[in-house]
Amino acid sequence: MVMEQLCDRLASDLDSAFDDLVGALGDDVYSGLKRMHGDDAADLTQETFIRAYRALGGYEPQRIKDLRLRGWIWTIALNLGRNHVRDRSRRPQPVELHDVHSIADPEPMDEALWQARLDALPAAQRRAVVLRHVVGLSYAEMSAALGRPEGTVKTDVSRGLTRLKKLIEEEA
Amino acid sequence: MNIGSSLGSLRTELPGSTRDAVRLGTGLMDGFSLFDSPIGEVVVGFNIRGVSFVDLATDFDPDASLRKAVAATPPKGWEAKIDRAIERGRPGDLPVDLRSVTEFQRTVLEVAATIPFGEVRPYGWLADQIGNRGAVRAVGSTMAKNPVPLVIPCHRVVRSDGRIGNYSLGGADNKTALLGREGVDIERLATLAARRVRFLGSDTTHVFCLPTCSHARRISDAHLVELKSAEQGVAAGFRPCKVCRPA
Repeated sequence: MVMEQLCDRLASDLDSAFDDLVGALGDDVYSGLKRMHGDDAADLTQETFIRAYRALGGYEPQRIKDLRLRGWIWTIALNLGRNHVRDRSRRPQPVELHDVHSIADPEPMDEALWQARLDALPAAQRRAVVLRHVVGLSYAEMSAALGRPEGTVKTDVSRGLTRLKKLIEEEA
Repeated sequence: MNIGSSLGSLRTELPGSTRDAVRLGTGLMDGFSLFDSPIGEVVVGFNIRGVSFVDLATDFDPDASLRKAVAATPPKGWEAKIDRAIERGRPGDLPVDLRSVTEFQRTVLEVAATIPFGEVRPYGWLADQIGNRGAVRAVGSTMAKNPVPLVIPCHRVVRSDGRIGNYSLGGADNKTALLGREGVDIERLATLAARRVRFLGSDTTHVFCLPTCSHARRISDAHLVELKSAEQGVAAGFRPCKVCRPA
């Protein structure tokens, strides 16, 4: 669905259009957060959309029509992700004794390998690479979501890719 | 190796359970859960805005309900509130989501929610309270459409002729059972109605009440005065009770 049409529908009837927003951007948000935050992605995605819904409820229709949805939703998701990491580091995590056995659906080897490579990147580069190549945001959308100039974002992406290339060469 | 396309293949679909969690969390879909009630097991629907429907477990069909609903656990702390609301027959601190009814119906239901445990009010009383004396029929159909029976006690709204009236949650027998459990003397109400007695007054306080008002129940037989109309009461020097607001 074209994002502008979705904006118009959200502006005129939030409740009937919101589920389509989740349909249009849910895979994006979940895929990206999964690469950044692993198993917490489902909770973070849920919270991202609930906050988006609340925010839209308080916006004037014109403001909703003018939204760049993809970049906007990622502003929320990245913020939540940042807070989540900060809270985690402050609070000791409970030990889950049964955790090893409860993994029902182990990742395919290839996916685990890529995840390990992404995890080896510095945070800013990992974020940039994931948003650009897993989620598929444009540089303009990334710039809006990250609150950083396009040039900086491009640099992070290209440095991240260079680093990934190097990691792969070292594996060989 | 093309790194870009390899990374692209890491895209994953949003799990259905997360999508449902968003629908629940925004109030766009209801969750439901089973609860005990004085008239048997009931299904209680809820979303983040409040409790949205109550139905007998035996009558419930999630696919037939107006809005989508999935089996779910109520928000934290709500189970005790729902139990309490059903037990006492009033919402209390339990939020209620009345988006499924009209503005008029919401107003009527909000008044019905204030009828105390163990007391009943005629349909006409509700119409009076919302300032629309002629709306008795609309009040009746609002009770029939009450999405949250038990929590909003539409079973405490009865006919003024002493008959108990219909009940949407499994019929009049359940209404009788609920009122009996609350100690309402249904036979006495019918007897009074048959003699056209609408209000009970006290010749010491000169206040008159609806028959089930807690103040009317305190009047001793020696001081009890039966009244057939508010006019008769006023003429005899009585004033209406400020609690049950009989007229």
